[in-house]
Amino acid sequence: MNDKAACGLFDSGHRACGGCGAAMAARLMLDAAGKDTIIVSSTGCMEVFSTPYPETAWKVPWIHSLFENNSAVASGIVASLAKQGRKEKVVAIGGDGATFDIGILCLSGAFERGHDFTYICYDNEAYMNTGIQRSGATPYDASTTTSPAGSCSFGNKRPKKDLPLILAAHGAPYVATASIAYPPDFKKKVEKAINTPGPCYIQVHAPCCTGWGFEGEKTIAIGKLAIETGLWVNYEMENGVVTKVKKVVRKPVEDYLIEQKRFRHLFKPKKNETEIAKIQALADRNAEKFGIDITLKK
Amino acid sequence: MLQITEGSLAVADAVGKCRPQVIAAYPITPQTHIVEALAEMVANCTIDAEYITVESEFSALSACLGASAAGSRVYSATTSQGLALMFEVCFNCAGMRLPVVMTIANRALGAPLSIWNDQQDSISLRDSGWLQFYAEDNQEATDLHYLAYRVSEDHSVLLPSFVCFDGFILSHTYEPVDILSQEEVDRYLPRFRPFQRLDADDPISFGLFAAPDYYMEFRYEIDQAAKKALSVFPKAGREFAELFGRDYSGLVESYRMEDADCALVAMGSLCGTVKDAIDDLRDAGRKVGLLKIRTFRPFPAEEVKKALSGVSRVAVLDKNISLGSKGAVALEVKDALYGSQIPVHDYIIGLGGRDVQKKDIARVVTLAEEGKGDLYYGLREEVLK
Amino acid sequence: MALGTGCTARPGKSRNNRTGSWRVFRPAFIHERCTSCGMCRIVCPEGCIGENEEGLPVPDYDYCKGCGLCAEECPSEAIEMKKEEK
Repeated sequence: MNDKAACGLFDSGHRACGGCGAAMAARLMLDAAGKDTIIVSSTGCMEVFSTPYPETAWKVPWIHSLFENNSAVASGIVASLAKQGRKEKVVAIGGDGATFDIGILCLSGAFERGHDFTYICYDNEAYMNTGIQRSGATPYDASTTTSPAGSCSFGNKRPKKDLPLILAAHGAPYVATASIAYPPDFKKKVEKAINTPGPCYIQVHAPCCTGWGFEGEKTIAIGKLAIETGLWVNYEMENGVVTKVKKVVRKPVEDYLIEQKRFRHLFKPKKNETEIAKIQALADRNAEKFGIDITLKK
Repeated sequence: MLQITEGSLAVADAVGKCRPQVIAAYPITPQTHIVEALAEMVANCTIDAEYITVESEFSALSACLGASAAGSRVYSATTSQGLALMFEVCFNCAGMRLPVVMTIANRALGAPLSIWNDQQDSISLRDSGWLQFYAEDNQEATDLHYLAYRVSEDHSVLLPSFVCFDGFILSHTYEPVDILSQEEVDRYLPRFRPFQRLDADDPISFGLFAAPDYYMEFRYEIDQAAKKALSVFPKAGREFAELFGRDYSGLVESYRMEDADCALVAMGSLCGTVKDAIDDLRDAGRKVGLLKIRTFRPFPAEEVKKALSGVSRVAVLDKNISLGSKGAVALEVKDALYGSQIPVHDYIIGLGGRDVQKKDIARVVTLAEEGKGDLYYGLREEVLK
Repeated sequence: MALGTGCTARPGKSRNNRTGSWRVFRPAFIHERCTSCGMCRIVCPEGCIGENEEGLPVPDYDYCKGCGLCAEECPSEAIEMKKEEK
């Protein structure tokens, strides 16, 4: 080991794919949260690549119970710490499958009850641990192993569920989206969330080179393109009101789509202008809704 | 102090005096009176606990799991469909060696939907690693909670426990119960001392996955821990008896078994009815006794074998059915008596709240004497045509 | 008990798994071009880039998987990916 601080609180030796966005998210999150944090992990890629017995990459207290119950486990931990007069912060983490789909009952319950914890969803837009199946977070037209593009399908038929809005509607004091492509912004949001009393939610875009089909060195570039095309918007909501948005000089969605195998069917054997236009419309709607466009002076 | 009280309220009183620090529960009949009573105690500050009103039983046990791992004594209660919803978390609590204690107000499982009593719910979790204790009456239901915390939290065991008492038959029945004072309970049950906990000053990772090179060893250790309870429970029972006079040190309990020719085997409230029936049968000159199973998990095979060694036949009353096979208690008893030549007859009885009376017990004894067993007792005629 | 009761483990053991053996391409750090901006350290998913006394980045090849993110994101083109020689 050449530098004791190099890995921070998330140790090297974990088994994530080279260039893994979720691994970056884990490390950045811990950098921001600090050592007095208890992590509650759902089942998923991050759990599996970081904790094969007897190895653990986590240098903070960490617990994994099931796929869908991290918010409920976190509720219990928060209650226990309160009873013991302890000051550790509780952070639940889960992939998009655990968060958007199977765990939404526990998540909704915990947010409604108002426990003081932060939930961080690392969103790689499909069930990656089981082999790239579509989830409620999979974007429109993405080809996954359960929403494959085919002769009569363009891939996933539905746009992403708007989970941040759902959680804001629970009365969450702080809801934010972030991207691993913008590390300082993500870390700042993690710090803000854990220091805001009550249930806070961060959804961090974590591109997956294996699942989306791009080279590992491009993880950040792809994350940036998602932002720059308006298909992912980084914003903060405080008490249900959008207070901060990352603005961009927008690029056409094509620039983002063409870089990834999951959208390859939109370009081969020939370019599918109709479907690409639908995706462009989703980006345009995001841009209008959040006001992300920077208009350059001519 | 002897009080006439509802079973659920007596249990709630006992649980409160066990000083749980976190309670998470969800309403379900016939368990609800317990957690309502505990909520009232929290609202009036008569107990010092965090009470989490979760959105499902699944979350109730998940919250208990988290709170236990963080270092608190925890409690929940459920039954039937609620327990079924907890299935996944049940295996998890045991595998993570968390000493959760949960009351099961035993109730049938759907379909068809039934709110009434049998023991299918807890029996169905027999392979989960939870210790299972069955109460005959409300005094025992109350006292078993003190023992359950003692046994579960013993560092040589570290497994969760169900305290099972029959829904409605016990939970909603008023009986005289000797209520212990807080000082008395404190003398028996020390404050919670976690084996390990989530702690920033001494971080551990909890609940790792095990590849094939380790998984079996983990399961072996859970099994060993469950079997360890076979000696820890009697010890906890003896200490309780020394303090309060009521003796639960037996994993099984014999009633008029001295010279019994036919032994009935039962669990839970049925044992009270069986004892009364046996008294009548004895008066009529029939040599009948009862072997009551108090701890179904771990199963006390040695004690069962010993207690039944002198009888000519055994009649097991099962308030459950392993569909496509037999009653779960009968299967265990047959296993315990394997090689003994003693015939074991199984009677599926009282499912879904069907009343079982003394005359039914007498009839079962007759059936066993005639060698007629392995049947559902008292079925409506039309299904037999 | 022989195992970590409750499937537990203490930190540190992860380092037994030397993921450097996965590497196909090896990042070569050209310190002459480096401005010590720290970008490579921030983006490394392994957290295996430390720094020397002069504040220049030094990768730990025991863990570097050779993903190339550092080289891709380095604003000074001070990291070059070269085929691993084994």
